[in-house]
Amino acid sequence: MDNHIIELKVNGEGYEVSVDSYRTLLEVLREDLGLTGSKEGCGMGACGACAVLLDNVVVLACLTLALSVEGKEITTVEGLAKGEELSPLQQSFIDHGAVQCGFCTPGMLISSTALLMKNFHPDEHQIQMALSGNLCRCTGYVKIVEAVKAASEH
Amino acid sequence: MENKTYSVIGKRKPRKDGIAKVTGDARYADDLKLPGMLFGKILRSPHPHARIVNIDASRAKRLAGVKAVITGKDTAGLPYGDVDTSRYLPPHMAGEVPDFPNVKHPLALDKVRYIGDEVAAVAATDEATALEALELIEVEYELLPHNFDPLKAMEEGAPQIHDYAEKNICSKIFWDFGEVEKGFSKADLIREDRFTTSAVTHTPLEPRGCVAVFDQTGKLTIWSSTQSPYMRRQQLSKALDMPESSVRVVTPFVGGGVGGKVCSCEPDFQAALLSRITKKPVKITYTREEEFTATCKRHPMIIDLKTGVKKDGTLTAVQCDILADGGAYVFTGPVVLYLAGAFLATAYRLPNVRYSGYRVFTNKMSSGAQRGHGAVQPRFAVESQLDMIAEELGIDPVEIRLKNALHPGDTTANRFQVKTCGLKECIELSAEHTHWKEKNESPVPNHGIGISVGAFISGMAIPPHTSSGAQVKFHEDGAVTLLTGVTEIGQGSDTILAQIVADELGVAFEDVRVVSSDTEITPVHAGSYSSRGTYWGGKAAKAAAFDAKKQLFEVAAGLLEANPADLEARDRMIFVKGSPEKAIPIRGVVLASLMEGDGNPIMGRGFYKAAADYVNFETGEGNVTGAYSFEAQVAEVEVDTETGKARLHKMTVGHDTGTAINPMSIEGQMEGSVSMGMGQALFEESIMKNGVILNTSFVDYGLHTSMDMAKVESILVETENPDDPFEPKEAGEGTQVATPSAISNAIYNAVGVRIKELPITPEKILKALEEKGK
Ligand code: FES
Ligand code: FES
Repeated sequence: MDNHIIELKVNGEGYEVSVDSYRTLLEVLREDLGLTGSKEGCGMGACGACAVLLDNVVVLACLTLALSVEGKEITTVEGLAKGEELSPLQQSFIDHGAVQCGFCTPGMLISSTALLMKNFHPDEHQIQMALSGNLCRCTGYVKIVEAVKAASEH
Repeated sequence: MENKTYSVIGKRKPRKDGIAKVTGDARYADDLKLPGMLFGKILRSPHPHARIVNIDASRAKRLAGVKAVITGKDTAGLPYGDVDTSRYLPPHMAGEVPDFPNVKHPLALDKVRYIGDEVAAVAATDEATALEALELIEVEYELLPHNFDPLKAMEEGAPQIHDYAEKNICSKIFWDFGEVEKGFSKADLIREDRFTTSAVTHTPLEPRGCVAVFDQTGKLTIWSSTQSPYMRRQQLSKALDMPESSVRVVTPFVGGGVGGKVCSCEPDFQAALLSRITKKPVKITYTREEEFTATCKRHPMIIDLKTGVKKDGTLTAVQCDILADGGAYVFTGPVVLYLAGAFLATAYRLPNVRYSGYRVFTNKMSSGAQRGHGAVQPRFAVESQLDMIAEELGIDPVEIRLKNALHPGDTTANRFQVKTCGLKECIELSAEHTHWKEKNESPVPNHGIGISVGAFISGMAIPPHTSSGAQVKFHEDGAVTLLTGVTEIGQGSDTILAQIVADELGVAFEDVRVVSSDTEITPVHAGSYSSRGTYWGGKAAKAAAFDAKKQLFEVAAGLLEANPADLEARDRMIFVKGSPEKAIPIRGVVLASLMEGDGNPIMGRGFYKAAADYVNFETGEGNVTGAYSFEAQVAEVEVDTETGKARLHKMTVGHDTGTAINPMSIEGQMEGSVSMGMGQALFEESIMKNGVILNTSFVDYGLHTSMDMAKVESILVETENPDDPFEPKEAGEGTQVATPSAISNAIYNAVGVRIKELPITPEKILKALEEKGK
């Protein structure tokens, strides 16, 4: 099998991992690094539960080969808070009831974090656009959009 | 309405598990990892109906990394069921409730009955090896004639799917309340229509999954994504032929369920069997494709509805014949038929109701419970037809609903006792908030507005699940832990139960921790289905907190030299009523009890016994829940007549919540219900051809995104029960009941086409527009 030792930078920490060439970033994060915050909702690029930031751009970890991200800054949901201090978006999700079962939440937070990095004051439509790759069965998206809006006004 | 008598109840408290969920700390079944854990996979039938002649697993077993391959022969051969009522009755109650045959096996014994039926299971050191092993299992089948059409299931010569089920009838119901013929003879108008609904897939974002492990004493522990650990424990104990107390079912974080994780289409059975054989922990997680092909659906129904009405809009009689496509197995079948009939008559004053329901077996994935179980489908028919009637009679849709709406104190034809009912307020407020009158007077082309109402139960008494227990224990620092069997699947039960406990004990919301849903530790509760969490679980938690408070007061009375009856608890203190200077911190009382008193650790217990009759499938009569929720909603849509696409712009929902524990959480439930109901109305259907489900990904299935979602305005109508000031009604399912019909009525209002088959796709709208234009 095609095995490689690579260095991954996740949430500011360096990891040396040995990966087979076919393994996805999602598998490596969840199984090798124990970072199970990123979820597998479909494994096919359709739900956004596995979204992570790659050099501050949203990618779907289930469609990304681990080998291809060596040397890039990877941010997962575990990396959004600074120690105990939640990011304004995380806090806003809690305050506005944007979390129900929580399975979509990591991906939602990643997509909205990326949005607020480039657009400080998105309108509702822009938020809906930014979250359109993230499915949620529980909330009807209503309070998620509200939470992102509130965080941007913060 | 701000509730003056409560301090924590009625507040928009943030979720107890909020931090865990926004930081990625929340661990769901697939996030769990145990030393030596194996990965399981299930081999499924490629045929809709076939006899298994032989299974040769020798090649699969030889594959490096494979630890076990099991087939039906390796199981106890015992069937289990979802509606397995009689087995759990105490002996002296035998025969008091009907028996429903158990026919599901963890792995097929002799026959497969749908494409996807479980044939064999593999455990291997990694997932890829397990998958490879599946390919190496050789199964010889003898194909049998199959049937996918529920209308043909009862015909002479139709393939027999289960030996016991004559004419493929899984269950049937026939009720006749009042004087139906007389009711029709009094009617000025009688309408008869046929409506159909589709197979909606639950698609919780978390695929079903579990980790099962047997210990050296033969005890099974399973972390399962189920909505109902106690029910699952019964099923596992039956299928594995083990005493119930040797099975421990725990739910880790559960990523949504919307009804589907009640049914026994979860991999718990196969994982447990594999673990028993390998003596290792075994994890099975369904793929998204399995979620679409091998888990239950909402029952597709064919509904023939006949309604009689007087000129002034008064309903005189209803007859409804329902044929439910059950698919291959029983699952919740008898219950869905019961609910469909029971909710036919709940919402309106309808003394004369006749109902026949059949649930038949076909060679498809089984149908089961889904949010608004059994109530959504007939509601679509009733509310659509009521608008057709209103139009024929020239009555406003809001008026005809107000005219027939149930009132507090009413008893329905099937003996539901409606003590509190805010339906009238729900209708009036949702109409008022949407400017119903004005919008109807000056319509905008291709824009429409439609109303619908609904009702639901707050938990249903169906043996053996007729009560709920809770325990409350104090820690030495004055904090509290609630033990509850209510399963947190995202709906927010941990949070609202903590609010109830904090309120009763006079401690802060932050002081209350919740341990929920572990059959070894938490008191019995049926699980999160039929909307019992808040009402049953809440009443049990309140009673347990009250019991703990009583113990606190006894100790405090000695310390404060007062009578326990004169004490009150608030702000983490116990006060002598009327003498604010005489007070002691609760923490001090707990410690005093442990050290100075008799050592009582202050542990309260409480329970709720359904103040209701058991479901009677045969007569349909009986008051099966303590409180009924009611709702009305107004949909505002726009239809693109070029493309046929309907868009829901806004849904305004009035919901009778009884005592609202957490308005933010209730709104979340209402928004989620509208979202799912909109999906069912406009997009969602598992499409099947020759027994194969064609749309097995989110994209093909059409689960809608944030771009399609409507605005939702939630109006909470807090009815009060003078006999029971604490009446927190369900909020998680009832709203969805009325959503598809409100949207359908709005589409008619917009473009004048009435679609009687869900979902209302652009193709159907275009076809209807074309026909209308002819
Ligand atoms: S798991 Fe990656 S998009 Fe669904
Ligand atoms: S909160 Fe459950 S899927 Fe979004």
